[in-house]
This record gives sequence, C-alpha cells and structure tokens, in this order.
Amino acid sequence: MSALEPQGRRPRHLTIGRVGVYAFLITAALFFLLPLWIMVVTSLKPMDEIRLGNILALPAAMTIEAWTKAWSSACTGLECNGISVGFWNSVRILIPSVILSIAAGAINGYALSFWRVKGANVMFGVLLLGAFIPYQVFLYPLVRIFSMSGIYNSLTCIVIVHVIFGLPTMTLLFRNYYAGLPIELFKAARIDGGGFWTIFFRVMLPMSTPMLVVATILQTTGIWNDFIFGLTFAGRENLPMTVQLNNIVHSTQGERAYNVDMAATMLAALVPLVVYFVSGRWFVRGIAAGAVKG
Amino acid sequence: MDSATIPVPTVRAASTQGRRLVRTRLPAALALLPTALVVLVVYIGCMLWTVRLSFTSSTLLPKLDWVGLAQYSRLFVNDRFVTSAENIVIFGVLFISGCLILGFLLAVFIDQNVRAEGIFRTVFLYPYAMSFVVTGVAWQWFLNPGLGLQKVVRDLGFESFTFDWLVNPDMAIYTIVIAGLWHGSGLTMAILLAGLRGVDEDLWKAAKVDGVPTWRVYTSIVLPLLRPMVVTATVLLATGVVKLYDLVVAMTMGGPGIATEVPAKFVMDHLFERNNIALGTAAATIMLITVVAVLAPWVYARYIRAQRRPA
Repeated sequence: MSALEPQGRRPRHLTIGRVGVYAFLITAALFFLLPLWIMVVTSLKPMDEIRLGNILALPAAMTIEAWTKAWSSACTGLECNGISVGFWNSVRILIPSVILSIAAGAINGYALSFWRVKGANVMFGVLLLGAFIPYQVFLYPLVRIFSMSGIYNSLTCIVIVHVIFGLPTMTLLFRNYYAGLPIELFKAARIDGGGFWTIFFRVMLPMSTPMLVVATILQTTGIWNDFIFGLTFAGRENLPMTVQLNNIVHSTQGERAYNVDMAATMLAALVPLVVYFVSGRWFVRGIAAGAVKG
Repeated sequence: MDSATIPVPTVRAASTQGRRLVRTRLPAALALLPTALVVLVVYIGCMLWTVRLSFTSSTLLPKLDWVGLAQYSRLFVNDRFVTSAENIVIFGVLFISGCLILGFLLAVFIDQNVRAEGIFRTVFLYPYAMSFVVTGVAWQWFLNPGLGLQKVVRDLGFESFTFDWLVNPDMAIYTIVIAGLWHGSGLTMAILLAGLRGVDEDLWKAAKVDGVPTWRVYTSIVLPLLRPMVVTATVLLATGVVKLYDLVVAMTMGGPGIATEVPAKFVMDHLFERNNIALGTAAATIMLITVVAVLAPWVYARYIRAQRRPA
C-alpha cells in the first residue's frame, strides 16, 4: 500500500456517472418488480374496481376475498375446491422427490469422483447429454412403460419421473463438489479400511452440507415449478399446483375473475419465493456453483 | 486453468491408487447400477422408441409398421409445425442474446460498488424462482390490451396509444420473449456477477495506472475473462429455449390462432390431445436432432476429450 495508489474503480462521491448507474439500476428494478406489484394489487381488489380502474393503482377498497376464494373455492374445470388441493398435491410430490433425487445425485457423484468404475464416465456423459434433450423425446414411451407397470397417473409415478430427470443436474453437482475435495481425504479413509458406504456416510456426507443445501434449493424450486411432468404423469388426483393454476386461469366460464387468478398465482409462487428469500445468497451461490463448474 | 479441466486431475489421481481397488469397486458399481439402468432404459431406450415411432403410422395407439419418412414430409408442410419452428428460432435468438446483454449490463452496474447491492440483486433474480406458469399468467394480465398496460397509458391521456402485441398474431411471440427475459436475465446477471467478482483486483489497478477507461476494461479485458461464464449462461439459457412450453401454455395457449405455437407444444398436443402419435414423435425427433447437432460436439470437447487428454 502506497500513497500513490489509485483511488480505485469505485468512486464513492456522487458524479453524473453515479447518477447514471443508479438510474439504470432503478429502472431495471422497476421492470422486474412491475409484474409482482400488479399481481399483488390486483389480487386485493374487488372485480368492479379492476374493470374500471388502473391496473397499477393501489386498491381503493382492499379485500382479501379473492385470496380465500382462490385458496378454497376457485374452479379448476369441474371441481371448485380452490388451489389448496394443488398446494397439498405439490407438497406430497415435492418431499419424496427432493429427498430421493438428492440421495441419488450424492451417491452417483461420490461413486463417479472416487471410484473408477468401468464405463462410469461413458454413463455420465450420456446422462449429461440427456440433460439437454427435450423432455418431449422421452414422454410417450415413458407413459407406455408406466401404464404397462400399472403405476401411471399416481404419486409414485410422478416422484419416479422427478428423480429420473433430476439425475443429470444432481449427479453433476455432487460429482463436481466431490472432485474438488482433496483426494488425500479419500485415500486416508481407504487406508483406515473404509468401504464404499462407510466412506460415503462417515466422511463424504458430513462434508456435503453446502451441496445438500444448494441441491435442496434447486430441486425444491425446480420440482415445485414443474408443469409438464405433473400434467403428464401425476394423474387427475395428484395434479400439482402449477397445473391447477393453469386450469383455474384458463377454464373459467364467463367473465374471468382476475383478482382470483392473481391471488392463485401469488399462492402458487409463494413456496419458491419463500425459498428464494430465506436462502438469500445460497440461492445465488447454488446457481453459480452448479453453473460455473458445469 | 480452464474451468473445463477442473475435475480431471482429481479423477486421474484416484486411478493411481493401484489395482487393489478393483476388487473393492463392486459396491460402487452396484450403487451406479440404478442410474445406469435409467440411462439405458429412459435416456437411450425411450429416445430410440420415440424415433422408431416416428417412422410408423401410429395414431391413437402405437403401431410398429413402417411408413418411411412419410410423417416427416407431412410435418414440413404442416403450418403449425413450420410456425412452431420459426417461433422457436425467433424466441431463441432474442431470448439468449437479450438475457446475455441485459444480464451483463446488470452485473456490471451492480459491480460499481452501489449501495443496497443486495436489494438490487434480489430484485433482479427473484423472477427466476417463479414458475413459467406464474410468469405467463402475470405477463398475460399485464399485457392484455383491455385492462393492462395499453389502458394505463391511454388513461394517462395518450388516447391513440396501442400495445396489442399479446393479441396481434405478428407480434405475440415477442411478448413471450419479454416474459422470458424477465424470468431469465437475473440468472445471467448472477452467473456473470460471480465471474466479475472473481476478476483479480490487481488487474483493475493496473488498468487504472495505464489510464484505460473503465468501459474499455470491461469490453476488452473482463469480458474475455468471463468467457467460461458466458458459455455456461448460454448453455443454460439454450436448454430453457428448447424446453419452452409452460410459458406459452400459460400466456397465450399458442394463440392468437397458431401465432405462438412452439415445437414442444406441438409434440405435447399431438401425443396427448390430437391422438397423432406418429406426427408428434416425428416432431420430437426433429427437436432431438437439432439439439444433438448443436450439443454433441460441445459435450465431446468438454468432457470426453478432456478426460482422455494426458495431463
């Protein structure tokens, strides 16, 4: 450090440049916040106010009627039990899918990083390619396989599908993480006589907390937000929230109840938003970790 | 070191442990077996099955006859499919370039040591946490000409203001792009910002000493350094393009008319609603060929060749 050191690229005083920076950021922020704002205010307005008023304006006669209606009595086609049905379906799909897909990814990643199994890298390569292949290529045969085995349109079916299509990302995530751990750690555990599962449960898993958090965030938002698998495999009884939301929005007879639509939309966005705000930097770190190395 | 080669040394190191490992590798092989089966049955088997079905005349139920390329010739004169293919190109180009440009700008501006950086980052990225269905419904509501943006501007006194893209067949696909940008550019921002933060501070000092203007440092020095992140972001965005389905379903249902149809929706509709399995699988096969043609060389260079290369 010397007295001649430049002031750095980050001036703190207010210049025209600084104003420009903030102007750009604030404009961008407004663009990103606009849809959320509109959803919230619309969901709190009664219908006649929506018909006449400004979409951006705050509700004059605020009411949470639309929210209760969206939750418990909005119609998804013929049934009118609200989006709460979809919420609980999504929860029942989410929990086993997240746990199983993370377990599979961690075991695969560990086996791939430390145990040279013949053909494993070829398998991994195909799996990675599979991550890029459009789901439409697999859907019809999968439907046939599941109907032949008699589990099509069930909770089991949709959970299996989520685990299958979570494999590439989860395996990649854990493989990269374990490959970054010092190999001496594994060698030491081997010398101490640890076998495959002992090393996994005693050494690797306890060190995997960061990746477990990241994987949970990724899978929770990913599976909660899934639409196409839920639509195709879950069956009428288990339709997830996204599918039910789409049904509510598109199957309304007569005039659309925009306030109910928006309340239902907010409800469907709630879980991932909570995950996002609670996880904060972890969410960003998760994307960065998975992405930068991937 | 190039990020592509990061995992390689470790994997190689594991192999130097001697042949003793061979016998003890059985549990590892067994642990990988379920995934291997999934790869064989689902990723390879189902894929081949779909391709095979595209050469049949299956309609409601799968048949295993052989009609050659009949479905494909039908596909390429099908208005819906041609429109779908055009739309995905328009969406893909605008969405990827838009997200990269907007994401890069956001990342650079956030990197100017601004106050409330955390708030800005949170605001730019939160749409990425939401589903495409939510995104589509929200934007459909905002852009509907009757009660949305157009009405707001008209109420302000601009009586002739028109923004009817959502219901205009020529422009509707661009509303999907807007919604896509809203959803995805925060992700690009996050990836590139992580890259910016990894740039050596000395580089900035050196550039300052040499009197290089800040924007020049970004375009000529920093951007090339961010190449791996740009590639990663592009790949992530591109996979999103191929999967484009729920956003369209929620926002326009492919309409007005067939103006916003996309290939994924074409396949889904023909497989599960229009009972035309052969045509649907033919369209799926076209999607597959496109993706493989683009990605196979990339995956080969990045993973397979990298592992064979001597250290």
